[in-house]
Amino acid sequence: MTTLDERLGAVRASGRRALVPYLMAGARPDWTRLLEAAVAGGADALEVGLPFSDPMMDGPVIQEAALAALAAGTTLDSVCAELGALDLGVPLVAMTYCNVVYHYGLERAAGRLREAGVLGTILPDLALEELDEWAAVCDAGDLATVLMVAPSTPPERVARVAARSRGFVYAAARMAVTGAAVGLGDGAAVVERIRAASPVPAYVGIGIASPEQARAAAAVADGAIVGSALVRRVLDGASPEQVESFVRGLREAIDAP
Amino acid sequence: MSVMGPPDGRGRFGEFGGRFVPEALVPACLELESAFAEAWADPAFVAEFHETLRLFGGRPTPVTPLARLSERLGLRVYAKREDLAHTGSHKINNVVGQTLLTRRMGKGRVIAETGAGQHGVATATAAARLGLECTVFMGEVDTRRQELNVFRMELLGARVVPVTSGSRTLKDAVNEALREWVTCVADTHYCIGSVMGPHPFPWMVREFQRVIGDEARSQLEDLGVGVPDVVVACVGGGSNAAGVFAGFADTSARLVGVEAAGGSAIGHGAPGVLHGMRSMLLQDEFGQIEEAQSISAGLDYPGIGPEHAHLAASGRAQYVGISDDEVLDGLTLLSETEGIIPALETAHAVAWVAGAAGNELAPGTTVLLNLSGRGDKDVAQVRALMRGDG
Repeated sequence: MTTLDERLGAVRASGRRALVPYLMAGARPDWTRLLEAAVAGGADALEVGLPFSDPMMDGPVIQEAALAALAAGTTLDSVCAELGALDLGVPLVAMTYCNVVYHYGLERAAGRLREAGVLGTILPDLALEELDEWAAVCDAGDLATVLMVAPSTPPERVARVAARSRGFVYAAARMAVTGAAVGLGDGAAVVERIRAASPVPAYVGIGIASPEQARAAAAVADGAIVGSALVRRVLDGASPEQVESFVRGLREAIDAP
Repeated sequence: MSVMGPPDGRGRFGEFGGRFVPEALVPACLELESAFAEAWADPAFVAEFHETLRLFGGRPTPVTPLARLSERLGLRVYAKREDLAHTGSHKINNVVGQTLLTRRMGKGRVIAETGAGQHGVATATAAARLGLECTVFMGEVDTRRQELNVFRMELLGARVVPVTSGSRTLKDAVNEALREWVTCVADTHYCIGSVMGPHPFPWMVREFQRVIGDEARSQLEDLGVGVPDVVVACVGGGSNAAGVFAGFADTSARLVGVEAAGGSAIGHGAPGVLHGMRSMLLQDEFGQIEEAQSISAGLDYPGIGPEHAHLAASGRAQYVGISDDEVLDGLTLLSETEGIIPALETAHAVAWVAGAAGNELAPGTTVLLNLSGRGDKDVAQVRALMRGDG
């Protein structure tokens, strides 16, 4: 049981559906203020993107944010240094691609992230078959490996993926990269398959962009992840107050009776 | 694992290869792996593959003794003439195999990435022949550099999508093709253009290309040459090199892959993960992928097929870099001495042979040069470079 399992388990035990906004580290100089704003708006956990030059699972919005972050000199070290200085009060999950952590060194990367307060990672290009090495390092260092289940994942494979996923299972609502289309899509069916296989919380992402969609996602799952819709606002210059207000809108929709 | 045998169960060649893709694509990669393994073990499929290459693809391509070049260099140089294959390069071998497999899997559409346009044109060609729908992703920069190839693909009934993400060149075209594949994997095959990507692609593409090496081996026997001392080929992703090397991996022939100096994944790269594979990659100190820089768009790729990374690490093959200036000399040398205008990619291999003659290559050394493609596509660019306004 990782710390992320405990923290997110407590969220579920309290009867709350989790809201997990995604923000790209370094996309703007004030990006850590945006994390604080998202927490103020009611986030239960935050997904923090570490930029990679070739983000295979991301659509145009997050690509743009990654390129902006890289142009500003963002690195794993710079992100960890800034995160380490914060006290956000909610769990942080880093989302990046294999090469960023491989190049840094698996043990070194896991240690550096955990030391900065990150409790889990999502590496979308690290499928089950290649997971062992990273999972061993993460298990030893109390860093959760959050895995994805897609609409194309066959049921017997769902069970194997969910059994290896820590903290939560990322339920992809559609066969698409991030930010390409909106709506709950196949989210309900994917969550059902995860629940049939595992007690790990299932959070829906990829297509959750509005309060209505967040509400629909939270109605069928343990949580909702909102990425591109928020990052678009950040890239368009939204103030921390506007970010807070957008996240609060999602929160209220999820919690409304 | 035998040299250039199948990869291990995880799709690894030594420490390279594997399958680093989003979960959404894993079932399709597994399906493709078993579909290819079954097809390649099915004599009827293999026969149809070779029959198609013979009746449609222009195979077998000859091995030509290069008499005047040999005399000039003091070597015995033979060329495997992939430039004479349909669409002008070895690319046709791979796309014939993959489109036949697409049909066998019951899929009606292929997508592909292309840099200069050679693989895109080849894919559009093979798709047209089987009546498959075809979409080709091409960096916006490349669509401007290679307008004529865009039109060729359109003539062949394909849709060309300009890629505006990232550096807008080949590596981004691969990213975009992978992103598209996630959305349509149930009815669409990703016809990847080289020995790269997630397992089983590097293995499958090498198997479809090994016809080059297998033919050349028996043709050199027939010519009384036997096994050459050296087999040399240019390497971007490395499919023509993998194909020709496969025919000689179990011999004493020295295998040489020639990279563009500005895109030298073996020479200047480090191990990493990109486009579904672990291989040698050009990257900065933070693991961000760098852009390759080469006179030839076909070698403008920051990575290399994982099997080549393994052949380099194990020492079975050697990889060298050739600068843009040497490439033009190689192109004119072959054109003037042999009446063959090679593609700029191929000219890298010619340039290495010319430079190595008399030092690394002792007089009388027999060399098999894989003449991977013809230079027609590059003539306008070469003219501009020679006039100094390229």
